Amino acid sequence: MLSHGMKQTGGISLNHLQGVIFAILNPWVAIGILLLLAFFATYMTALSWADLTYVLPATSFGYVLLALVAKFLLHEQVSPMRWLGIALITGGVGFIAGGPSLTEHPHSSTEIPAGSSPRESGEGVLRAKNAGVETPTSVER
Amino acid sequence: MKQIYTWSAILAIVFASVVGDVLLARAMKQVGDVGDLRRRAGLGVVILRTLGNGNFLLGVVAMAAAFFSLLFALSWGDVSLVAPAAASLTFIGNAVAAKIFLHERVDQRRWIAVVLVAAGVALLAG
Repeated sequence: MLSHGMKQTGGISLNHLQGVIFAILNPWVAIGILLLLAFFATYMTALSWADLTYVLPATSFGYVLLALVAKFLLHEQVSPMRWLGIALITGGVGFIAGGPSLTEHPHSSTEIPAGSSPRESGEGVLRAKNAGVETPTSVER
Repeated sequence: MKQIYTWSAILAIVFASVVGDVLLARAMKQVGDVGDLRRRAGLGVVILRTLGNGNFLLGVVAMAAAFFSLLFALSWGDVSLVAPAAASLTFIGNAVAAKIFLHERVDQRRWIAVVLVAAGVALLAG
């Protein structure tokens, strides 16, 4: 969603940039930068909760939204190949979303204590919470 | 000749963004659960701890390198080749790198998802 906003504003701002270098003051560019920052912040937050191989394919759902917005709001033509692409991405995202989702700890737990010690108590809470969330996966294993 | 330039630039994009993603993911694993941390210490601590993380800074540098490689690639090749090739190869490279360097358990389900998404992105971006 945010990446779609970025791309849209990015496209618009490019047209403006051709004429003016003051484009940074252009509200579209400002909105674009803000959205990019927001995307980055939420992306980082998601990475702190789940695996990279979980988050990254999920973010690609933005491509699907982008195509749908192009079709229904901008009334662009969406070719059959693109519909196939949309179907593939949707299927892939569905695959991981249904999968054993979140972080897995056996390896990363060796990595985390390298940080500062005051986090230890918080880690315990985190782990307890995840253990609660992940009960289905632990059953699977 | 130009093709070699374009493809090496694409590989540079893929390499840099995979490195960046892995570093960022590692950084956020070190920072810990952001929601949890914010509730206990406040948003400022979250931002400071993230920005002060070495892996995070290196990751951002790698992302910037990926962006400049993209500019180079675009100066040599068509968008319709560069964008889908770089995007879908990045997905596959990330899955491999996450398995090797982050020790994530990339099971069959995730492999299938990665391949599906990579193919879909290649079709959409092309």
